[in-house]
Amino acid sequence: MRSIAVAIFAVALAAPSAADEQQIHLKKAPGLDKVEANCTACHSLDYVLTNSPFLNATQWDGEVTKMINAFGAPIDAADAKVIGDYLKANYGR
Amino acid sequence: MITRRTVLGAAGVTLAGAGWRIVNPATAEAANIELSPALSAGTRAAAVLDALPGKKPLIKLSYRPPNYETPIEHLGTAITPNDAFFVRYHLADIPEVDGKTWKLSVGGEGADRAAELTLDDLKAIPAFEVTAVCQCSGNRRGLFQPHVAGVQWGPGAMGCARWKGARLKDVLDKVGLKKDAIEIVFDGADRGAVDKTPDFVKSIPVWKAVEETTLVAYEMNGEPLPHFNGFPARIIVPGWTATYWMKHVTSIRPALKSFDGFWMKSAYRIPLGKFPVVARFVSQETSANTPITEMVVNSLITSHADGAAVKAGSKVTVGGIAWDGGYGIRSVEVSSDGGKTWSTASLGEDLGRFAFRPWRFEVAVTGPGRQVIVARATNQIGQTQTSELIQNPAGYHHNLDSSISLMAS
Repeated sequence: MRSIAVAIFAVALAAPSAADEQQIHLKKAPGLDKVEANCTACHSLDYVLTNSPFLNATQWDGEVTKMINAFGAPIDAADAKVIGDYLKANYGR
Repeated sequence: MITRRTVLGAAGVTLAGAGWRIVNPATAEAANIELSPALSAGTRAAAVLDALPGKKPLIKLSYRPPNYETPIEHLGTAITPNDAFFVRYHLADIPEVDGKTWKLSVGGEGADRAAELTLDDLKAIPAFEVTAVCQCSGNRRGLFQPHVAGVQWGPGAMGCARWKGARLKDVLDKVGLKKDAIEIVFDGADRGAVDKTPDFVKSIPVWKAVEETTLVAYEMNGEPLPHFNGFPARIIVPGWTATYWMKHVTSIRPALKSFDGFWMKSAYRIPLGKFPVVARFVSQETSANTPITEMVVNSLITSHADGAAVKAGSKVTVGGIAWDGGYGIRSVEVSSDGGKTWSTASLGEDLGRFAFRPWRFEVAVTGPGRQVIVARATNQIGQTQTSELIQNPAGYHHNLDSSISLMAS
Protein backbone atom coordinates (compact mmCIF):
# COMPACT_ATOMS: atom_id res chain seq x y z
CA MET A 1 0.00 0.00 0.00
CA ARG A 2 2.67 2.44 1.02
CA SER A 3 4.74 1.90 -2.11
CA ILE A 4 1.70 2.44 -4.31
CA ALA A 5 0.80 5.57 -2.48
CA VAL A 6 4.34 6.86 -2.71
CA ALA A 7 4.41 6.18 -6.43
CA ILE A 8 1.18 8.09 -6.93
CA PHE A 9 2.53 10.86 -4.76
CA ALA A 10 5.66 11.17 -6.87
CA VAL A 11 3.51 11.65 -9.95
CA ALA A 12 1.41 14.19 -8.14
CA LEU A 13 4.49 16.23 -7.25
CA ALA A 14 5.32 16.64 -10.90
CA ALA A 15 1.90 18.01 -11.71
CA PRO A 16 1.01 20.79 -9.31
CA SER A 17 -2.60 21.83 -9.18
CA ALA A 18 -4.47 24.11 -6.89
CA ALA A 19 -7.58 22.24 -5.84
CA ASP A 20 -7.82 23.78 -2.40
CA GLU A 21 -6.83 27.22 -3.54
CA GLN A 22 -9.52 27.16 -6.18
CA GLN A 23 -12.09 26.90 -3.42
CA ILE A 24 -11.21 30.44 -2.40
CA HIS A 25 -13.71 32.77 -4.00
CA LEU A 26 -13.22 36.50 -3.86
CA LYS A 27 -16.17 38.78 -4.53
CA LYS A 28 -17.15 38.98 -8.19
CA ALA A 29 -16.65 42.62 -9.02
CA PRO A 30 -14.76 44.73 -11.56
CA GLY A 31 -11.03 44.07 -11.27
CA LEU A 32 -11.25 40.52 -9.97
CA ASP A 33 -9.68 39.25 -13.19
CA LYS A 34 -6.61 41.42 -12.62
CA VAL A 35 -6.37 40.31 -8.99
CA GLU A 36 -6.50 36.66 -10.03
CA ALA A 37 -4.08 37.12 -12.91
CA ASN A 38 -1.44 39.02 -10.92
CA CYS A 39 -1.64 38.24 -7.20
CA THR A 40 -1.81 34.46 -7.55
CA ALA A 41 1.60 34.37 -9.21
CA CYS A 42 3.09 34.54 -5.73
CA HIS A 43 0.39 33.73 -3.17
CA SER A 44 -3.04 32.29 -2.62
CA LEU A 45 -5.94 34.70 -2.34
CA ASP A 46 -6.83 33.80 1.23
CA TYR A 47 -4.34 36.57 2.14
CA VAL A 48 -6.94 39.05 0.88
CA LEU A 49 -9.77 37.48 2.88
CA THR A 50 -7.91 37.20 6.17
CA ASN A 51 -6.63 40.78 5.90
CA SER A 52 -10.15 42.14 5.70
CA PRO A 53 -12.13 44.17 6.29
CA PHE A 54 -9.85 46.35 8.36
CA LEU A 55 -7.45 48.05 5.93
CA ASN A 56 -8.41 51.50 4.72
CA ALA A 57 -7.83 52.78 1.17
CA THR A 58 -4.36 54.11 1.92
CA GLN A 59 -3.36 50.85 3.56
CA TRP A 60 -4.60 48.71 0.66
CA ASP A 61 -2.70 50.93 -1.78
CA GLY A 62 0.31 50.45 0.47
CA GLU A 63 -0.05 46.69 0.28
CA VAL A 64 -0.15 46.74 -3.53
CA THR A 65 2.85 49.07 -3.63
CA LYS A 66 4.73 46.79 -1.23
CA MET A 67 4.10 43.78 -3.44
CA ILE A 68 5.59 45.64 -6.40
CA ASN A 69 8.44 47.59 -4.79
CA ALA A 70 9.48 45.31 -1.95
CA PHE A 71 8.59 41.89 -3.34
CA GLY A 72 9.22 42.53 -7.03
CA ALA A 73 5.77 41.61 -8.33
CA PRO A 74 5.75 42.34 -12.09
CA ILE A 75 2.50 44.34 -12.11
CA ASP A 76 2.16 47.31 -14.44
CA ALA A 77 0.78 50.61 -13.20
CA ALA A 78 -2.61 50.19 -14.89
CA ASP A 79 -3.19 46.78 -13.34
CA ALA A 80 -1.93 47.99 -9.98
CA LYS A 81 -4.60 50.68 -9.95
CA VAL A 82 -7.34 48.23 -10.88
CA ILE A 83 -6.18 45.82 -8.17
CA GLY A 84 -6.00 48.56 -5.55
CA ASP A 85 -9.46 49.81 -6.47
CA TYR A 86 -10.89 46.29 -6.28
CA LEU A 87 -9.39 45.65 -2.85
CA LYS A 88 -10.54 48.99 -1.46
CA ALA A 89 -14.06 48.60 -2.81
CA ASN A 90 -14.57 44.98 -1.77
CA TYR A 91 -12.28 44.33 1.18
CA GLY A 92 -11.67 47.78 2.63
CA ARG A 93 -12.73 49.13 5.97
CA MET B 1 6.94 21.43 -3.57
CA ILE B 2 4.74 19.19 -1.48
CA THR B 3 1.28 20.45 -0.84
CA ARG B 4 -1.94 18.79 0.06
CA ARG B 5 -3.67 20.35 -2.91
CA THR B 6 -1.00 18.98 -5.20
CA VAL B 7 -1.68 15.51 -3.95
CA LEU B 8 -5.44 15.78 -3.96
CA GLY B 9 -5.50 17.46 -7.31
CA ALA B 10 -3.69 14.68 -9.06
CA ALA B 11 -4.53 11.49 -7.28
CA GLY B 12 -6.64 11.89 -4.19
CA VAL B 13 -3.88 10.74 -1.89
CA THR B 14 -3.02 12.45 1.31
CA LEU B 15 -0.94 11.89 4.39
CA ALA B 16 -2.81 11.65 7.65
CA GLY B 17 -1.13 11.31 11.00
CA ALA B 18 1.56 8.69 10.92
CA GLY B 19 0.53 6.86 7.77
CA TRP B 20 -0.82 7.16 4.27
CA ARG B 21 -4.42 6.89 3.36
CA ILE B 22 -6.38 7.28 0.19
CA VAL B 23 -9.27 9.63 0.42
CA ASN B 24 -12.03 10.73 -1.81
CA PRO B 25 -11.20 14.31 -2.74
CA ALA B 26 -14.84 15.25 -2.39
CA THR B 27 -14.78 14.31 1.30
CA ALA B 28 -11.34 15.73 2.00
CA GLU B 29 -12.44 19.33 2.01
CA ALA B 30 -11.07 21.42 4.79
CA ALA B 31 -13.32 21.72 7.82
CA ASN B 32 -14.44 24.99 9.26
CA ILE B 33 -13.31 25.93 12.73
CA GLU B 34 -14.63 28.41 15.21
CA LEU B 35 -12.01 31.02 16.02
CA SER B 36 -11.68 33.87 18.49
CA PRO B 37 -14.10 36.74 17.82
CA ALA B 38 -11.10 39.01 18.33
CA LEU B 39 -9.75 37.93 14.93
CA SER B 40 -10.84 39.78 11.80
CA ALA B 41 -14.15 38.76 10.28
CA GLY B 42 -12.30 37.76 7.13
CA THR B 43 -10.00 35.46 9.04
CA ARG B 44 -12.87 33.81 10.89
CA ALA B 45 -14.63 33.19 7.60
CA ALA B 46 -11.62 32.01 5.61
CA ALA B 47 -9.58 29.94 8.08
CA VAL B 48 -10.21 26.20 7.93
CA LEU B 49 -8.79 23.06 9.47
CA ASP B 50 -6.64 21.43 6.83
CA ALA B 51 -3.95 18.74 6.90
CA LEU B 52 -0.66 19.23 5.08
CA PRO B 53 1.23 16.02 4.20
CA GLY B 54 2.62 14.60 7.44
CA LYS B 55 0.56 16.94 9.60
CA LYS B 56 -2.63 16.71 11.61
CA PRO B 57 -5.34 19.17 10.64
CA LEU B 58 -4.05 22.63 11.55
CA ILE B 59 -5.64 26.04 11.17
CA LYS B 60 -4.95 27.06 7.60
CA LEU B 61 -4.49 30.80 7.25
CA SER B 62 -2.93 30.67 3.79
CA TYR B 63 -2.37 27.81 1.37
CA ARG B 64 0.51 29.34 -0.58
CA PRO B 65 2.93 30.00 0.92
CA PRO B 66 1.65 27.62 3.60
CA ASN B 67 0.86 29.26 6.93
CA TYR B 68 -0.80 26.85 9.33
CA GLU B 69 -1.42 27.45 13.02
CA THR B 70 -1.46 24.85 15.80
CA PRO B 71 -4.93 24.47 17.36
CA ILE B 72 -4.89 25.21 21.08
CA GLU B 73 -5.74 21.59 21.95
CA HIS B 74 -2.16 20.60 21.04
CA LEU B 75 -0.51 23.33 23.12
CA GLY B 76 -1.27 22.24 26.68
CA THR B 77 1.94 20.26 27.20
CA ALA B 78 5.63 21.10 27.50
CA ILE B 79 6.36 19.40 24.17
CA THR B 80 4.36 20.01 21.00
CA PRO B 81 4.07 16.94 18.72
CA ASN B 82 5.80 17.24 15.35
CA ASP B 83 2.62 16.51 13.42
CA ALA B 84 0.82 19.35 15.19
CA PHE B 85 3.67 21.87 14.99
CA PHE B 86 2.83 25.13 13.21
CA VAL B 87 4.03 25.87 9.67
CA ARG B 88 5.20 29.28 8.50
CA TYR B 89 6.72 30.26 5.15
CA HIS B 90 7.29 33.62 3.50
CA LEU B 91 8.00 32.40 -0.02
CA ALA B 92 6.04 29.99 -2.19
CA ASP B 93 8.77 28.05 -3.96
CA ILE B 94 9.60 25.37 -1.38
CA PRO B 95 11.64 22.48 -2.76
CA GLU B 96 11.46 19.05 -1.24
CA VAL B 97 15.05 18.65 -0.11
CA ASP B 98 16.75 15.27 -0.51
CA GLY B 99 18.82 14.57 2.60
CA LYS B 100 21.21 12.39 0.58
CA THR B 101 22.21 15.16 -1.80
CA TRP B 102 21.69 18.15 0.50
CA LYS B 103 24.82 20.18 1.19
CA LEU B 104 25.44 22.93 3.69
CA SER B 105 27.84 25.60 2.47
CA VAL B 106 29.82 27.28 5.25
CA GLY B 107 32.19 30.18 4.67
CA GLY B 108 32.44 33.75 3.46
CA GLU B 109 34.28 36.97 4.14
CA GLY B 110 34.17 36.43 7.90
CA ALA B 111 35.70 32.96 7.75
CA ASP B 112 39.28 31.79 7.21
CA ARG B 113 38.21 29.10 4.74
CA ALA B 114 35.14 27.43 3.26
CA ALA B 115 33.58 24.02 3.83
CA GLU B 116 30.71 22.00 2.44
CA LEU B 117 28.98 19.62 4.81
CA THR B 118 26.75 16.69 4.00
CA LEU B 119 24.10 15.57 6.45
CA ASP B 120 26.47 12.80 7.57
CA ASP B 121 29.21 15.39 8.11
CA LEU B 122 26.84 17.43 10.26
CA LYS B 123 25.85 14.38 12.27
CA ALA B 124 29.52 13.52 12.83
CA ILE B 125 29.92 16.71 14.86
CA PRO B 126 29.19 16.06 18.57
CA ALA B 127 25.44 16.32 19.02
CA PHE B 128 23.71 18.56 21.52
CA GLU B 129 20.05 18.74 22.53
CA VAL B 130 17.98 21.65 23.69
CA THR B 131 14.27 21.91 24.41
CA ALA B 132 13.13 25.27 23.13
CA VAL B 133 10.08 27.24 22.09
CA CYS B 134 9.87 28.17 18.42
CA GLN B 135 7.47 31.10 18.19
CA CYS B 136 6.69 33.26 15.19
CA SER B 137 7.40 36.95 15.84
CA GLY B 138 3.86 37.67 14.71
CA ASN B 139 2.14 35.08 16.89
CA ARG B 140 -1.24 36.57 17.91
CA ARG B 141 -0.91 39.35 15.32
CA GLY B 142 -4.54 38.71 14.42
CA LEU B 143 -5.55 39.66 17.95
CA PHE B 144 -4.13 43.18 17.74
CA GLN B 145 -6.72 45.92 17.96
CA PRO B 146 -6.71 47.73 15.65
CA HIS B 147 -5.78 44.90 13.28
CA VAL B 148 -2.52 45.15 11.37
CA ALA B 149 -1.73 43.64 7.96
CA GLY B 150 0.07 40.32 7.74
CA VAL B 151 -0.67 36.68 8.45
CA GLN B 152 -3.56 36.89 10.91
CA TRP B 153 -2.23 34.49 13.52
CA GLY B 154 -4.18 33.52 16.60
CA PRO B 155 -2.23 32.10 19.55
CA GLY B 156 -0.87 28.97 17.86
CA ALA B 157 2.06 30.15 15.72
CA MET B 158 4.36 28.46 18.18
CA GLY B 159 5.45 25.14 19.59
CA CYS B 160 8.09 23.64 21.83
CA ALA B 161 10.30 20.73 20.78
CA ARG B 162 13.45 18.89 21.76
CA TRP B 163 15.93 19.84 19.06
CA LYS B 164 19.07 17.86 18.36
CA GLY B 165 21.97 18.86 16.18
CA ALA B 166 25.46 20.26 16.02
CA ARG B 167 26.32 23.42 17.89
CA LEU B 168 26.58 26.27 15.39
CA LYS B 169 29.89 27.27 16.98
CA ASP B 170 31.29 23.82 16.19
CA VAL B 171 30.15 24.19 12.58
CA LEU B 172 31.81 27.62 12.46
CA ASP B 173 35.00 26.13 13.88
CA LYS B 174 35.25 24.06 10.69
CA VAL B 175 35.91 27.25 8.74
CA GLY B 176 37.54 29.44 11.37
CA LEU B 177 35.60 32.50 12.45
CA LYS B 178 37.57 35.71 11.91
CA LYS B 179 37.91 37.94 14.96
CA ASP B 180 36.14 40.84 13.26
CA ALA B 181 33.14 38.85 12.03
CA ILE B 182 30.01 40.52 13.45
CA GLU B 183 27.05 38.59 12.03
CA ILE B 184 26.31 35.06 10.83
CA VAL B 185 24.06 35.01 7.76
CA PHE B 186 21.73 32.09 6.96
CA ASP B 187 19.99 31.16 3.72
CA GLY B 188 17.52 28.33 3.16
CA ALA B 189 16.31 26.39 0.13
CA ASP B 190 13.00 28.23 -0.26
CA ARG B 191 12.65 31.02 -2.83
CA GLY B 192 10.14 33.48 -4.13
CA ALA B 193 7.88 32.60 -7.03
CA VAL B 194 9.37 35.46 -9.05
CA ASP B 195 13.09 36.19 -9.30
CA LYS B 196 12.83 39.73 -7.99
CA THR B 197 11.33 38.70 -4.66
CA PRO B 198 14.01 39.12 -1.99
CA ASP B 199 15.27 35.72 -0.92
CA PHE B 200 14.55 34.91 2.71
CA VAL B 201 17.98 35.44 4.26
CA LYS B 202 18.54 36.24 7.94
CA SER B 203 21.43 37.06 10.22
CA ILE B 204 22.17 36.91 13.92
CA PRO B 205 24.96 38.56 15.88
CA VAL B 206 28.07 36.48 16.45
CA TRP B 207 27.60 36.56 20.24
CA LYS B 208 24.27 34.74 19.84
CA ALA B 209 25.58 32.39 17.16
CA VAL B 210 28.34 31.04 19.40
CA GLU B 211 26.14 30.40 22.43
CA GLU B 212 26.20 26.75 23.55
CA THR B 213 22.50 26.35 22.77
CA THR B 214 22.45 27.71 19.20
CA LEU B 215 22.27 24.69 16.90
CA VAL B 216 22.14 23.42 13.36
CA ALA B 217 19.44 20.86 14.16
CA TYR B 218 18.45 17.77 12.19
CA GLU B 219 16.14 16.15 14.74
CA MET B 220 12.93 17.33 16.35
CA ASN B 221 11.51 15.30 19.24
CA GLY B 222 13.67 12.33 18.28
CA GLU B 223 12.63 12.27 14.62
CA PRO B 224 14.10 13.82 11.49
CA LEU B 225 12.69 17.31 10.99
CA PRO B 226 9.37 17.23 9.17
CA HIS B 227 9.54 18.74 5.69
CA PHE B 228 7.34 21.65 6.76
CA ASN B 229 9.57 22.37 9.74
CA GLY B 230 12.79 22.55 7.77
CA PHE B 231 14.09 19.12 6.70
CA PRO B 232 16.89 18.19 6.64
CA ALA B 233 18.37 20.87 8.92
CA ARG B 234 17.39 24.18 10.41
CA ILE B 235 18.96 26.78 12.67
CA ILE B 236 17.79 26.75 16.30
CA VAL B 237 18.16 30.06 18.17
CA PRO B 238 16.70 29.34 21.63
CA GLY B 239 15.07 32.37 23.21
CA TRP B 240 14.79 34.30 19.96
CA THR B 241 11.74 34.45 17.73
CA ALA B 242 11.43 31.93 14.91
CA THR B 243 12.34 34.34 12.13
CA TYR B 244 16.00 33.44 12.74
CA TRP B 245 15.40 29.66 12.83
CA MET B 246 16.21 29.19 9.14
CA LYS B 247 14.51 26.12 7.68
CA HIS B 248 16.10 23.90 4.98
CA VAL B 249 19.32 25.79 5.71
CA THR B 250 21.75 25.74 2.77
CA SER B 251 24.36 28.30 3.71
CA ILE B 252 25.98 29.74 6.83
CA ARG B 253 28.06 32.79 6.09
CA PRO B 254 30.09 34.75 8.65
CA ALA B 255 30.02 38.43 7.68
CA LEU B 256 32.28 41.37 8.49
CA LYS B 257 29.53 43.93 8.12
CA SER B 258 25.85 44.26 8.85
CA PHE B 259 23.81 42.15 6.43
CA ASP B 260 21.52 44.47 4.47
CA GLY B 261 18.90 42.18 2.90
CA PHE B 262 15.20 43.08 2.89
CA TRP B 263 14.32 40.57 5.61
CA MET B 264 16.78 42.21 8.00
CA LYS B 265 16.61 45.90 7.13
CA SER B 266 12.91 46.28 6.37
CA ALA B 267 11.08 43.36 7.94
CA TYR B 268 10.97 41.95 11.46
CA ARG B 269 11.73 45.26 13.13
CA ILE B 270 10.35 46.70 16.34
CA PRO B 271 10.45 50.31 17.53
CA LEU B 272 13.39 51.03 19.82
CA GLY B 273 12.62 51.21 23.51
CA LYS B 274 9.03 49.98 23.45
CA PHE B 275 9.57 46.43 24.65
CA PRO B 276 11.38 45.19 27.74
CA VAL B 277 13.97 43.12 25.92
CA VAL B 278 17.52 42.60 27.13
CA ALA B 279 19.13 40.97 24.07
CA ARG B 280 20.31 43.57 21.57
CA PHE B 281 21.33 43.24 17.96
CA VAL B 282 23.51 46.34 17.88
CA SER B 283 24.95 45.97 14.38
CA GLN B 284 21.42 46.11 12.94
CA GLU B 285 19.98 48.90 15.10
CA THR B 286 18.99 52.27 13.66
CA SER B 287 17.96 55.38 15.55
CA ALA B 288 14.32 54.33 15.12
CA ASN B 289 14.13 50.56 15.31
CA THR B 290 15.86 47.28 15.85
CA PRO B 291 15.44 43.71 14.65
CA ILE B 292 13.19 41.68 16.90
CA THR B 293 15.32 39.50 19.17
CA GLU B 294 14.29 37.50 22.22
CA MET B 295 10.69 36.53 22.97
CA VAL B 296 8.83 38.46 25.64
CA VAL B 297 7.40 36.61 28.62
CA ASN B 298 4.03 35.11 27.84
CA SER B 299 1.41 32.54 28.76
CA LEU B 300 -1.56 30.78 27.20
CA ILE B 301 -4.62 29.22 28.82
CA THR B 302 -5.14 25.88 27.09
CA SER B 303 -7.48 23.97 29.40
CA HIS B 304 -10.65 25.80 28.44
CA ALA B 305 -11.85 27.55 25.35
CA ASP B 306 -12.98 31.13 25.71
CA GLY B 307 -16.64 30.92 26.68
CA ALA B 308 -16.44 27.33 27.96
CA ALA B 309 -19.48 26.13 29.88
CA VAL B 310 -18.86 25.19 33.54
CA LYS B 311 -21.08 24.30 36.49
CA ALA B 312 -21.86 27.08 38.93
CA GLY B 313 -20.37 26.40 42.37
CA SER B 314 -17.96 23.75 41.05
CA LYS B 315 -14.19 23.70 41.07
CA VAL B 316 -12.36 23.49 37.73
CA THR B 317 -8.67 23.22 36.99
CA VAL B 318 -7.56 25.92 34.62
CA GLY B 319 -4.16 25.38 33.09
CA GLY B 320 -1.82 26.20 30.29
CA ILE B 321 1.77 27.02 29.49
CA ALA B 322 4.17 29.89 30.04
CA TRP B 323 7.46 30.77 28.33
CA ASP B 324 9.88 33.59 27.73
CA GLY B 325 13.13 34.47 25.97
CA GLY B 326 15.24 32.01 27.91
CA TYR B 327 15.46 33.43 31.42
CA GLY B 328 12.98 30.81 32.62
CA ILE B 329 9.55 31.12 34.20
CA ARG B 330 9.51 32.14 37.84
CA SER B 331 5.77 32.16 38.44
CA VAL B 332 2.34 32.25 36.90
CA GLU B 333 -0.42 34.11 38.67
CA VAL B 334 -4.09 33.54 38.00
CA SER B 335 -7.04 35.77 38.72
CA SER B 336 -10.50 34.23 38.96
CA ASP B 337 -12.24 37.59 39.14
CA GLY B 338 -11.17 39.41 36.03
CA GLY B 339 -7.92 40.76 37.45
CA LYS B 340 -8.96 42.10 40.86
CA THR B 341 -7.19 39.47 42.98
CA TRP B 342 -4.38 37.12 42.06
CA SER B 343 -3.12 33.74 43.28
CA THR B 344 -0.07 31.70 42.40
CA ALA B 345 -0.50 28.74 40.06
CA SER B 346 1.37 25.42 40.41
CA LEU B 347 4.13 24.98 37.88
CA GLY B 348 4.51 21.67 36.04
CA GLU B 349 7.47 19.85 34.53
CA ASP B 350 10.57 21.92 33.91
CA LEU B 351 12.28 21.05 30.63
CA GLY B 352 14.66 23.94 30.87
CA ARG B 353 14.68 27.70 30.63
CA PHE B 354 13.83 27.79 26.92
CA ALA B 355 10.83 25.41 27.12
CA PHE B 356 7.10 25.76 27.64
CA ARG B 357 6.40 25.54 31.38
CA PRO B 358 3.00 23.97 32.10
CA TRP B 359 0.97 25.42 34.99
CA ARG B 360 -2.41 24.84 36.57
CA PHE B 361 -4.69 26.45 39.10
CA GLU B 362 -7.96 25.37 40.72
CA VAL B 363 -10.66 27.93 40.13
CA ALA B 364 -13.74 28.13 42.34
CA VAL B 365 -16.54 28.77 39.89
CA THR B 366 -18.96 31.38 41.18
CA GLY B 367 -21.86 32.15 38.93
CA PRO B 368 -24.16 31.54 37.39
CA GLY B 369 -22.93 33.86 34.67
CA ARG B 370 -19.70 34.97 33.13
CA GLN B 371 -16.43 34.68 35.08
CA VAL B 372 -13.24 36.10 33.64
CA ILE B 373 -10.05 34.13 34.27
CA VAL B 374 -6.75 35.93 33.70
CA ALA B 375 -3.24 34.47 33.74
CA ARG B 376 0.05 36.33 33.76
CA ALA B 377 3.54 34.89 33.78
CA THR B 378 6.68 36.36 35.33
CA ASN B 379 10.17 35.29 34.34
CA GLN B 380 13.34 34.87 36.37
CA ILE B 381 14.48 38.43 35.70
CA GLY B 382 11.19 39.84 36.94
CA GLN B 383 9.53 40.65 33.62
CA THR B 384 5.76 40.18 33.52
CA GLN B 385 3.21 40.10 30.74
CA THR B 386 1.70 43.39 29.79
CA SER B 387 -1.76 44.48 30.94
CA GLU B 388 -1.99 46.88 28.02
CA LEU B 389 -1.07 45.72 24.52
CA ILE B 390 2.10 47.32 23.17
CA GLN B 391 1.22 48.57 19.69
CA ASN B 392 3.81 48.32 16.92
CA PRO B 393 3.51 48.54 13.14
CA ALA B 394 3.96 44.87 12.27
CA GLY B 395 2.08 43.34 15.20
CA TYR B 396 4.94 41.60 16.98
CA HIS B 397 5.45 40.59 20.63
CA HIS B 398 1.78 40.23 21.61
CA ASN B 399 2.03 39.31 25.28
CA LEU B 400 -1.10 40.75 26.77
CA ASP B 401 -2.23 38.96 29.96
CA SER B 402 -4.03 35.77 28.90
CA SER B 403 -7.71 35.78 29.53
CA ILE B 404 -10.80 33.62 28.96
CA SER B 405 -14.39 33.74 30.08
CA LEU B 406 -16.04 30.78 31.76
CA MET B 407 -19.82 30.60 31.46
CA ALA B 408 -21.26 29.15 34.66
CA SER B 409 -24.77 27.76 34.80
